[in-house]
Amino acid sequence: MYRRYRIPTVWRELDRLQRDMDRMVSSGYPSYMRTAPSFPALNIWSNEDELIITAEVPGINPEGLDISVVGDSLTLKGSREAEELEEGARYHRQERGYGNFSRTVQLPFPVEIDSVNAKFTNGVLEINLPRAEADKPRKIAVKSA
Amino acid sequence: MAEETKALEVQKQEITVSENGERTRECMCFIPRADIYETDENIYLVVDVPGTDENSIDITIEKNMLTLNAYIEAEDLDGYGLNLNEYEIGDYQRSFRLSNAIDRDKIQASVKDGVLRLQLPKAGEAKTRKIEVNAG
Repeated sequence: MYRRYRIPTVWRELDRLQRDMDRMVSSGYPSYMRTAPSFPALNIWSNEDELIITAEVPGINPEGLDISVVGDSLTLKGSREAEELEEGARYHRQERGYGNFSRTVQLPFPVEIDSVNAKFTNGVLEINLPRAEADKPRKIAVKSA
Repeated sequence: MAEETKALEVQKQEITVSENGERTRECMCFIPRADIYETDENIYLVVDVPGTDENSIDITIEKNMLTLNAYIEAEDLDGYGLNLNEYEIGDYQRSFRLSNAIDRDKIQASVKDGVLRLQLPKAGEAKTRKIEVNAG
């Protein structure tokens, strides 16, 4: 489920409990209601200054990944190639998908586009997006008249 | 030529608790997606296990069962709250029954970018032989 607010860290355990309960209760619902709209599934973590987006994209070529940020939305495009088979190979089972994918997601706040960086380790993509300076909350001093 | 695609599935499938007993590790456990294909010499197994590397995968063969276990380090970003949670992180486990026709000593495994590839060579007798068809 998508939330524009961030769960404070002190409530993480309770939030995890809530999510576990949601998962148990919603196991009766058809699966398309619970999953990501398209590949890849994303987890978005945030604090006051930064966003971290993680995605599981095993077997893709990181050079071919296209990550673009426009305002407060992020688009992730890429493709996964099918396995190269030798001549005369026969499939017994084919569960892993392949092909192009593209996913756009709304971010909770605008980000500093030049400082976005991404790393790809063991098939997990992690994107760090610092918050845009103009968007950071500013303290407003109250002067007594 | 049109590019072939097969839908990239997003939903991960969790294992069901079997009669053999529960797992001792506390995190969730999923059944990783696998492709199995066969050539004349080998059977190949390609399994998606993102987040693991060669040190965190255990492959064991007992009697005829090949069992894959891949372990994850729990990712816990301290100081961050979670806005969107579309997938859970957990270990992977899957078992396959092998036929006797596999040469167990020559099985090779490699992992790259979260994809585990196993090469299971066929033992002598099982290699595909062409059978001559004679005109009768």
